[in-house]
Amino acid sequence: MSTATPEAVEARIVEALASFGPDVESVTREATFEELDIDSLDLVELAQIVEDDYGVELKGDDMKNMKTVGDAIDLVVARA
Amino acid sequence: MAERRAGCAFVTGASRGIGAAIARGLAADGWAVGIGYNASADAAAAVVAEIEAAGGRALALGGDVIDRERADAHFSALEERFGPVLVLVNNAGVRADGLSPQIRDCDWELVLGTNLTAAFRTTRRAIPPMLRERRGRIVNIASVVGLRANPGQANYAASKAGLIAMTKTVAAEVARRGVTVNAVAPGLIATDMTADLNGDLLAAVPARRAGTPEDVAACVRFLASDAAGYVTGAVLTCDGGMSA
Repeated sequence: MSTATPEAVEARIVEALASFGPDVESVTREATFEELDIDSLDLVELAQIVEDDYGVELKGDDMKNMKTVGDAIDLVVARA
Repeated sequence: MAERRAGCAFVTGASRGIGAAIARGLAADGWAVGIGYNASADAAAAVVAEIEAAGGRALALGGDVIDRERADAHFSALEERFGPVLVLVNNAGVRADGLSPQIRDCDWELVLGTNLTAAFRTTRRAIPPMLRERRGRIVNIASVVGLRANPGQANYAASKAGLIAMTKTVAAEVARRGVTVNAVAPGLIATDMTADLNGDLLAAVPARRAGTPEDVAACVRFLASDAAGYVTGAVLTCDGGMSA
């Protein structure tokens, strides 16, 4: 289990999202998943990464409400 | 015995019949195998012993997998012991036959629950780690009865047809991560489940014999292999030509 400081969580989530395709420079807090071409399968994998690393569970409703990279970071930090 | 693979396989209903043959086959291909069983602990232990005697690795996991927490516990136990579950074979299945007016609610629910719902629950649990590994194999043991009529098995047919449809949709969802999802549709296979069926059925089989559990296991071993990476959403019938 990793330490869940806001900076560490942001770095981990940005790294994970970049591994799904987009350039890491475009993965900013304000970027939407739609702009980054991140789809629901990518978010399922992100949820698994977040659970493995921080023990945080992201459920279906959480995913529906997450629109930006910042939404994901803030949700994980809040629950870690 | 092939070279040991990282990660492991989980076969439900593996204490006897087709499931046991699948487990032995996957173990021979180098996989550590979780032997799922419902009540037959001794039979499951015998399969584990047989695999270990041949130089393989196995772990018996008991209880009905329709129970969500139990399914999760099995996956966690396997992950801890052998690494991620990279091959899932949904083989556990039951029959409760009767013509439709005679099928009771409990017969319907038991068959749909064991054959379809439990397979969904294990599939749901298996996928996220497979996505992370960029490799996975899910093989659902369906039946030719899921494709063609067989009077006296409306519940069984519905469960197997549902399993086939689920196979195709889940396959399309996860294909781009290197996870394949396929079904094997056995015909008449000589096991405990078919022991009480009459011999007339063989007349409908062009091969003029019942299949063996090893015939079905061979299909599963192929679909679980690296070589089958471009086969997904498919239904591989193993029935001696019965549905051709």
